[in-house]
Amino acid sequence: MADLSIEFCGIRSPNPFWLASAPPTNTGDQVMRAFDAGWGGAVWKTLGNPIVNVTSRFGGIDYGNTRLMGLNNIELITDRPLEVNFREMLEVKKRFPKHTLVASLMVETKEEWREIIQRSEDAGADLLELNFGCPHGMCERGMGSAVGAEPKVLEEIARWAVEFARVPVIVKLTPNVGDILEPGEAAVRAGVPALSLINTVKSIMGVDLDRMVPLPRVGDASTNGGYCGPAVKPIALHLLSQLARHPQCGRLAISGIGGISNWRDAAEFIALGATSVQVCTAVMHHGFRIVEDMLEGLSDFLDEKGMSSVAELRGRAVPAFRDWGELDLSYKLVADINPDTCIGCQLCYVACMDGSHQCIHLPGRTEEQSRQAGHTHLPKHVPERAVTAAAATPGARVPFVDEEECVGCNLCQLVCPVPGCITMEEVSTGRPRESWNDRIAHGKAYVPGGLEATEATRRRNR
Amino acid sequence: MREGDAKRWELPPGRAEEAFEDKKPLYTPAEALAEANRCLYCSGAPCIQACPTGIDVPTFIRKIGTGNLKGAARTILSANLLGQSCAQVCPVEVLCAGSCVYTGWGREPIAIGRLQRYAVETTLSSHPALFQAKQPTGKRIALVGSGPASIAAAGLLALEGHTCLLYERKALPGGLNTLGIAPYKLKGPEALQELEWVLSLGRIEVRTGIEVVETASGPGQVSATGLLATHDAVFLGLGLGADARLGIPGEQGEGVHGATHLIERLKTDPGLTLEGVRRALVIGGGNTALDIAHELALLGVEVAMVYRRSEQEMGGYVHELDAARLDGVRLLENRQPVEILREDGRVVAMRLAFLAEGKPLPGAGETLPTDLVAVAIGQDRATHVARAFAGVALDERGRVKVDPLTHRTGNPKVWSGGDCVNGGKEVVNAVAEAKLAVRDIQRYLAGE
Ligand SMILES: Cc1cc2nc3c(=O)[nH]c(=O)nc-3n(C[C@H](O)[C@H](O)[C@H](O)COP(=O)(O)OP(=O)(O)OC[C@H]3O[C@@H](n4cnc5c(N)ncnc54)[C@H](O)[C@@H]3O)c2cc1C
Ligand SMILES: Cc1cc2nc3c(=O)[nH]c(=O)nc-3n(C[C@H](O)[C@H](O)[C@H](O)COP(=O)(O)O)c2cc1C
Ligand code: SF4
Ligand code: SF4
Ligand code: SF4
Repeated sequence: MADLSIEFCGIRSPNPFWLASAPPTNTGDQVMRAFDAGWGGAVWKTLGNPIVNVTSRFGGIDYGNTRLMGLNNIELITDRPLEVNFREMLEVKKRFPKHTLVASLMVETKEEWREIIQRSEDAGADLLELNFGCPHGMCERGMGSAVGAEPKVLEEIARWAVEFARVPVIVKLTPNVGDILEPGEAAVRAGVPALSLINTVKSIMGVDLDRMVPLPRVGDASTNGGYCGPAVKPIALHLLSQLARHPQCGRLAISGIGGISNWRDAAEFIALGATSVQVCTAVMHHGFRIVEDMLEGLSDFLDEKGMSSVAELRGRAVPAFRDWGELDLSYKLVADINPDTCIGCQLCYVACMDGSHQCIHLPGRTEEQSRQAGHTHLPKHVPERAVTAAAATPGARVPFVDEEECVGCNLCQLVCPVPGCITMEEVSTGRPRESWNDRIAHGKAYVPGGLEATEATRRRNR
Repeated sequence: MREGDAKRWELPPGRAEEAFEDKKPLYTPAEALAEANRCLYCSGAPCIQACPTGIDVPTFIRKIGTGNLKGAARTILSANLLGQSCAQVCPVEVLCAGSCVYTGWGREPIAIGRLQRYAVETTLSSHPALFQAKQPTGKRIALVGSGPASIAAAGLLALEGHTCLLYERKALPGGLNTLGIAPYKLKGPEALQELEWVLSLGRIEVRTGIEVVETASGPGQVSATGLLATHDAVFLGLGLGADARLGIPGEQGEGVHGATHLIERLKTDPGLTLEGVRRALVIGGGNTALDIAHELALLGVEVAMVYRRSEQEMGGYVHELDAARLDGVRLLENRQPVEILREDGRVVAMRLAFLAEGKPLPGAGETLPTDLVAVAIGQDRATHVARAFAGVALDERGRVKVDPLTHRTGNPKVWSGGDCVNGGKEVVNAVAEAKLAVRDIQRYLAGE
């Protein structure tokens, strides 16, 4: 059994799964129920001068049958008195001394920062997280992502925090910036030992078309909110990997956040450099209970991969991130359709036809029919194969791939509803590994003499 | 039986059951994923409430969805050690799937049984070591019978570190899981494979060909008092007894079979041939009657069921009747067997009386030609052996009396569960009752 416990800036946590600062960490009762369910840590709902929230405040985006692929909110920081929050934090830390308790903070003036940090530490916080990410409401007051998007201000406030704090400080970043490395470097300059990201992405969830008001609707108006949930995971992974590769930022501990719903998502964040992960939307959707699968799934995964701790997984995929110019131009894949599992829906056919390179064909067509359907190049070789798909209803046809024309773009595999039915097979091009940067280095990057010369050279190289 | 023998019990080739196809075959990974992602992951889900063993259905299905297959199997098997056979034999249509919120919504319920089969079967074939037994306690427990009730109890007790000895009078272990379940749901070798997995959990020994009796009079017999004297606790998983008989003229002799006995032969006896059997009549309206009728129909026999009351009053499940009808079984309602007619000893026809509201209509009846009669009107109750354990009592219907919360009998060292207690329910009930008994045995052995 792999060891799931982690060390984050010297703070031990029973496992890497923390609740993100959000409604699931509003109260001590919730956090204690979460710890009972198996969560290793919690970042308390951001503390500051309590505010008033509006209704409604959440918007959801569905895709197909999937509810809440994305969530958006215009909620602000805690709306409960600070004394109550601190009292409950103290209680939580007393009952769960080994779990990680993080106080998320957002205030305005230096004095306020000094005071709230002091009180958070007195309440037992193991770590402090500076919320420089809230993209709505608080920015108008000069806080939240207004700070996160302004490296100078971020640096100054983070420096105060480091100065006042006895426990490690995490800077929580906003994705709403042009270059994530700017706030990242600012945090490094301020001397913080850790980062977390992402907070929510600026968004408008939709429009109530009857009332002509954007969503979520507050009476007769709305405002931009913060987007999170499964839909933002790719954005979060990208920003995380940028920081993880950065020589200075990459040395900080990073808590990964954004669209994590299960053990697999968590493993991906950790492989790209996170030490702990934080979860909000998935808990708002399904409850604290999802952590059971996360713990078990991650542990079994580590065992299976022969890793004995989470630390061994951390950052494993980082070196495999390269700039485009370093990718191997000689590497080639072609699609292959398995006639035994194909259900004959022909989604791959239409996707390749209209969205890619017209190299998927239907069996049983004459040349004439193929041309009428829009194929400009016809396969030299039509494979012998069952016309009717084994897993399909009679009459449904299994498409086939014209391997010579296939550019290996992946689209067909992505649209096929049957996992594993279309595989991308490696084919040898006979050419040695060569990247765009190699070509530049060898002076082969462009061909002088205009388009015709380029075309001629390409023909020769083929 | 030696430790480490991969296959201790084998069924001979050439059995009729081999010809049956699975009605609900193992999902492919793609099918399982698509179905799992349809589940709503309900909280406090009705499907959990409907499972007698309380499997956390939404959790295991979500785990299939996230690729945590081993975890899914763990969730299932920690609630129901026989999760594999239950996945195949449970009447999910009236249990979990029957109560799925989709059913109430007028949509196809989640195929919980098939997802369960996928999770357990796939996991056990690659990662059988899911559980670790506790340190040996030195306690010995005797289990009478080796059907689902005893197997589940033995597995759970072995995980607690106790040594378990199962005494089975038949040559093959597994009870009705091996010998009675319709072969289009579960075949004998599959039942034995699951049993082998349970045995792998700890110190469990199966002694086949040994009957527990009141007073032992030779090899192959063990006395009740002997068992009590040599074990720290005893679990009775006796099941039911022999098939009941009609008690009408012509019943004696070739061509008239007790239903469970005939099913057992379909599943185990390569010598059984149905040559010359074109038509069969099955007497009864319960699930056993439906099973044998359906099985005979799938073997190409023209089958009619003879039931004394109306279709609405039948004990068998509606979904099983529908499925049997699809394969050609006919139902004759409000009829009662009067006499079996023979020519040269061979069954040729059966005389039936017509009934109205359960009472014979004088003078009304018919004679139907048939080559075979299968009698499925119930089974005898558990046997005298229960009474041989001092203090164990039977109720007026012949069922072993237990405290419903602990499944302890009148003898403080004896517990019981399964068909011999509930009068004949499902495999999953036998497992659920075994769980209750084990919890109490555990308390008893811990000296509480
Ligand atoms: C034809 C048929 C079809 C069925 N189909 C289904 C189905 O599809 N799904 C479902 O869930 N359930 C089904 N059932 C019910 C299910 O099989 C039983 O509920 C379940 O097997 C009960 O388990 P058990 O351990 O109590 O008894 P059994 O399975 O009957 O096992 C009892 C065992 O004890 C042994 N034994 C008895 N007395 C002694 C003794 N004195 N000494 C030694 N050994 C002894 C017997 O030989 C037997 O092996 C079916 C039952 C029948 C008859
Ligand atoms: C309703 C709601 C309220 C939130 N409140 C806060 C907050 O007070 N402080 C904070 O740092 N982040 C807050 N967040 C952002 C989350 O902590 C988290 O960064 C974001 O939701 C991405 O994670 P997810 O995809 O798992 O939801 C909030 C998110 C939501 C949905
Ligand atoms: S989720 Fe609860 S608090 Fe929110 S709107 Fe619904 S009922 Fe109200
Ligand atoms: S390969 Fe996939 S997408 Fe293409 S027809 Fe078959 S099932 Fe449909
Ligand atoms: S009731 Fe149906 S949808 Fe809900 S958890 Fe159970 S199987 Fe899934």
